[in-house]
Amino acid sequence: MKSEYDVVVIGAGPAGSIAAKTAAKKGLDVLLIEKRQEIGDPVRCAEGVSKIWLRKHIEPDHRWICADLKGSRIFSPDGTMIEMAEEIAGGEVGYVLERKIFDRALAYESAKAGVEVMVKTRALDLIIENGFIKGVKVMHLGETYDISSKIVIAADGVESKVGRWAGIDTSIKPSDIETCAQYLMSGTGIDQNYCYFHIGNEIAPGGYVWIFPKGGDLANVGIGILGSKSGEKHAVDYLNEFIEKNYPNARTLEMDVGGVPVCGSIDKTITNGLMLVGDAARQSDPITGGGIINAMEAGKIAGEVAYNAISKGDVSINALKEYEDRWRAKIGHEIDNSLMVKDIFIKFTDPEINSLAHSLEKVNFSSMSLLDLLYALFKANKKLLWDLRVLFKNVIKYDMDFER
Amino acid sequence: MVTVVVNKFKCGYCGACVSVCPTGALELVETWIDVSEMCTACGICVRICPVGAIEVEK
Ligand SMILES: Cc1cc2nc3c(=O)[nH]c(=O)nc-3n(C[C@H](O)[C@H](O)[C@H](O)COP(=O)(O)OP(=O)(O)OC[C@H]3O[C@@H](n4cnc5c(N)ncnc54)[C@H](O)[C@@H]3O)c2cc1C
Ligand code: SF4
Ligand code: SF4
Repeated sequence: MKSEYDVVVIGAGPAGSIAAKTAAKKGLDVLLIEKRQEIGDPVRCAEGVSKIWLRKHIEPDHRWICADLKGSRIFSPDGTMIEMAEEIAGGEVGYVLERKIFDRALAYESAKAGVEVMVKTRALDLIIENGFIKGVKVMHLGETYDISSKIVIAADGVESKVGRWAGIDTSIKPSDIETCAQYLMSGTGIDQNYCYFHIGNEIAPGGYVWIFPKGGDLANVGIGILGSKSGEKHAVDYLNEFIEKNYPNARTLEMDVGGVPVCGSIDKTITNGLMLVGDAARQSDPITGGGIINAMEAGKIAGEVAYNAISKGDVSINALKEYEDRWRAKIGHEIDNSLMVKDIFIKFTDPEINSLAHSLEKVNFSSMSLLDLLYALFKANKKLLWDLRVLFKNVIKYDMDFER
Repeated sequence: MVTVVVNKFKCGYCGACVSVCPTGALELVETWIDVSEMCTACGICVRICPVGAIEVEK
């Protein structure tokens, strides 16, 4: 570890590794720090990802792919099933990853591109001079060090403090977070070609239960509930109830917990010398909770903008506005629209969800896209879903696909 | 002083509590949560924790 770099990236998740790799490939001197001793562990993810979008960042590798998805099966509270399957060549549209290996592979890519990677190294604070972020104070094995840099990229995930240190309030309200628990289980007997979703206020208030295949007879069985509905009972209590009822004989091999921001995009993700990316910038999708692809998209843009700004010798908020503009154009509209959809769906009662599901019983889906599902729902339930009409206008306006 | 205590045997060090703390009193160090004197015992993190590992302590 040197005392000076062009760029310091905090956090070696998907956002940080891609940002670091992108900046290094452009020729910048980059340090990537990670506080954990093992990148990617413990996992806080259900590990589902879209194939097309993943390929834009890394060539799929069997070492970190557990399952190929053909479609999804969604269950309403009364058990009505909606099946959505893709019929494109090969019929595989999504992957379920092994995040521990995947995250490390992304960090490895950045190392190969010339990034210096440091684990067990935690950012403690920012170095701020004359209103500019000038570096990071870090702790490595109990010792503290000052590291200066032209730009800091904060990719420090859901627990991000970097934004707060720079005066950007990134704290999340209870109604804007899904609190989650998950077990990796053997013996659920699910079809490994499908991901399963169970919706309902009784089983998962303000969220859903997911079951994602992990190869062999394994699956991630998890739950997210809205933070504002958590308290008396916590996510893990709901999960245990669900499993007891549905998979009493399945065996647990791993336990994961975590929080997913569902607040939609925050007002500001930049300041002089600093960019926030991924979960640190609350870029996860408010309806699906997916954040891997958005984190990588934003990370890539941040890496490119770091290079542009440093080349011009201007790292001020004006120069970094390129990042803010580009990520909003690329992923921001979908995040905003997902937020609107979430706000509509969160209010439905279980009987309403059942009646929505019944309205789709005769619909034949030829894709597993969320947009197709919403459109079919809207067509059959215009009165109940009248507020959704804005969504379809925006979809056309911004050419959105909701595939991430 | 009123503050919160984290049951380290239950905690899965996920950082969800850190993200909702309005005062920035919590920090996920590596595999444990540090609580600073900035805690106002508002109870938000207690509700949010996926496993119920946090309690308000008098
Ligand atoms: C239960 C659950 C299920 C999910 N399921 C999915 C899914 O199926 N599909 C999907 O796309 N997304 C899913 N997500 C969301 C997804 O996991 C995140 O959006 C994604 O990991 C964000 O990537 P990131 O790089 O921004 O942050 P992270 O992957 O969280 O990485 C942040 C890194 O920064 C490090 N760090 C934090 N603070 C510091 C510091 N001070 N100093 C040094 N390092 C630091 C952390 O240790 C961590 O390694 C899920 C999330 C949860 C909780
Ligand atoms: S939310 Fe709960 S499990 Fe997660 S780090 Fe905080 S105390 Fe631990
Ligand atoms: S009780 Fe409130 S102030 Fe104290 S740590 Fe929890 S969220 Fe923060």
